[in-house]
Amino acid sequence: MTSLATTEAEASARAEPRSSGRLVMASAVIVLVAWVLVPIYLLVVNALGSVAAVTAWPKALVPEFDLASLAFFANYAGVPRALLNSFLVAGLTMVLSIGLGAPAGYALARFRFPGANLFRLAVLMTRAFPLPLLALPLTVLFIRVGLDDTIIGLALVHTTLAMPFAVLIMASLFMSIPEELEEAAWTLGCSRLSAFRKVVLPLALPGIAAAGIFAFVISWNEVFAAAVLTIENKTLTAFLLQSLDVSPLPLKFAGGAVLIVPALLFLFAVRKYLFSLWGIANR
Amino acid sequence: MADIDIRQVAKRFGSHQALHAVDLTVADGEFVVLLGASGSGKTTLLRIIAGLETASEGTVSIGGRRVDGLPPRRRGIAMVFQNYAVFPHMTVFDNIGFGLAMQKIPAAEIERKVRRVAGMLHIEELLKRYSGQLSGGQRQRVAVARALAVEPAVLLMDEPLSNLDALLRLEMRAELKGVLQESRTTTIYVTHDQVEAMSLADRIAVMHEGRIVQAAPAPEVYHHPATRFVGSFIGNPPMNFLPASREGQGARVAGHLFRHAPASDGALAFGIRPEDLAPAGEGFAGRVKVVEPLGPHQLVTMDLAGHLFRAVLDNDLAVRPGETLVLAPRPGRARWFDADSGASLAEITQPEPVTGA
Repeated sequence: MTSLATTEAEASARAEPRSSGRLVMASAVIVLVAWVLVPIYLLVVNALGSVAAVTAWPKALVPEFDLASLAFFANYAGVPRALLNSFLVAGLTMVLSIGLGAPAGYALARFRFPGANLFRLAVLMTRAFPLPLLALPLTVLFIRVGLDDTIIGLALVHTTLAMPFAVLIMASLFMSIPEELEEAAWTLGCSRLSAFRKVVLPLALPGIAAAGIFAFVISWNEVFAAAVLTIENKTLTAFLLQSLDVSPLPLKFAGGAVLIVPALLFLFAVRKYLFSLWGIANR
Repeated sequence: MADIDIRQVAKRFGSHQALHAVDLTVADGEFVVLLGASGSGKTTLLRIIAGLETASEGTVSIGGRRVDGLPPRRRGIAMVFQNYAVFPHMTVFDNIGFGLAMQKIPAAEIERKVRRVAGMLHIEELLKRYSGQLSGGQRQRVAVARALAVEPAVLLMDEPLSNLDALLRLEMRAELKGVLQESRTTTIYVTHDQVEAMSLADRIAVMHEGRIVQAAPAPEVYHHPATRFVGSFIGNPPMNFLPASREGQGARVAGHLFRHAPASDGALAFGIRPEDLAPAGEGFAGRVKVVEPLGPHQLVTMDLAGHLFRAVLDNDLAVRPGETLVLAPRPGRARWFDADSGASLAEITQPEPVTGA
């Protein structure tokens, strides 16, 4: 009897630190999730609610699916144009990031060359300079070469922002494809290029698409460069930043929802590749 | 079908010398095994022949044609990789037909050839599957079929069986031998497994520290090792070595005098395989330490003048630890080695009775 009691006490003593650790972990997770989800929830509820419901409190748990705010937003002067610009810039950013990032990632993954580590670092260093610092010289430069207020000019800046991620995602992607597969292709009649096309590319395609979508999202969400570098050809973020100040509340919420929903969906679709980038899971 | 001629091939990785001026010729249709421990340079040599690695020096010719400047696809080779390298995004059929499709062979011809090699390796029923749906042994068969489908002049295999479990390895080894005998393709096969090497090879090239130390048929490598390393690397349990001291024309080994020893400048070592010892009235007398029954034989470990000495003896011989056992080498099986260089000097041809004690 006593021995049973002791063992039970021992067992609970042993279990205690683990369960308290679990409690801390769980509350941290809840706080983090709430931190991300509550604003999104409020945004979506207000965007989908009727114009009157926006100022109401408490909020309905389930939105009313009144599309008036969104319809108003869609018809607001300049919105369709800004939306198109955002798509064009983000699309171009995606193409450029893949076009430049894939070869760079492949080189990092497959070749040992002097300065490989320096290159890897330099790729990351492009994110070390805050954009506000670069904005003025960039604007001056862009005006000089005629790239100011153009889609391509903004896409170039966004490509610079997206490139580190594109390169590192694709480097880890190519590293995960065994070199022997390529070598086998070489021995079976492939050149380096055709082996890449027939063996590496089909295997890398989902990951490359993920890196591209990630670049798209970075561009889609970017405000600062877009606001500074464009006047006529504003992207949605820049447009909202400029005009929302003076807009009614429902429009603000509708604009916010339109901005974040595509980004969220895309990120959700490519989440496993982002994990692999940070080494959390390999596949 | 082609012969291979490797001349003075050396390879350096930075300051590390992986291969030292290797020479090797392989006859048309011959099956040569490169046998060595990891780091001996055997895979590097294979990859240089394949064109996946460039030699720092030397030349490689296949079928009388210099290939060392050519990319792998122009060398007329096919290769089987250690981890199979079956393309995961293609069916087994497309894998086997990959090399043929690269040669722009008509589809009907590809179909016929793929079915023929798939038949040889008993994987006809797997042709529609993907690599992820195959077991290790099946992947291995696909990899071999893919290499044979292109009817290469030279087939290169890099430890193809090392990822299989023991039973499957035994089965695949026998099957591989049958298939390759049938195809009569010149083959270079890399392995660290001496049993695999002996069972498959027409000729074994034993590699050690970036050099081929002996290239000869399996029985010769086994019975007449060119160096002390070959003697200790091949054979399980390994060859026994004992120090010898010269005495007149002969040499004394573990207290026993052999009347004739080769004349050379350096110190001598005496080598004998554990299988080549038999109980005798006169010979090496040692105290038995351990007796291990091995089924058909028993492995006896003795203490012979302070040296460990192993003998594989018949099972019917009653041996107990602590006893003193007298063993003599079988005629023609013991060898003298140079103690410093390890080079084999001569065989001891006569059953020399031991004089003195």
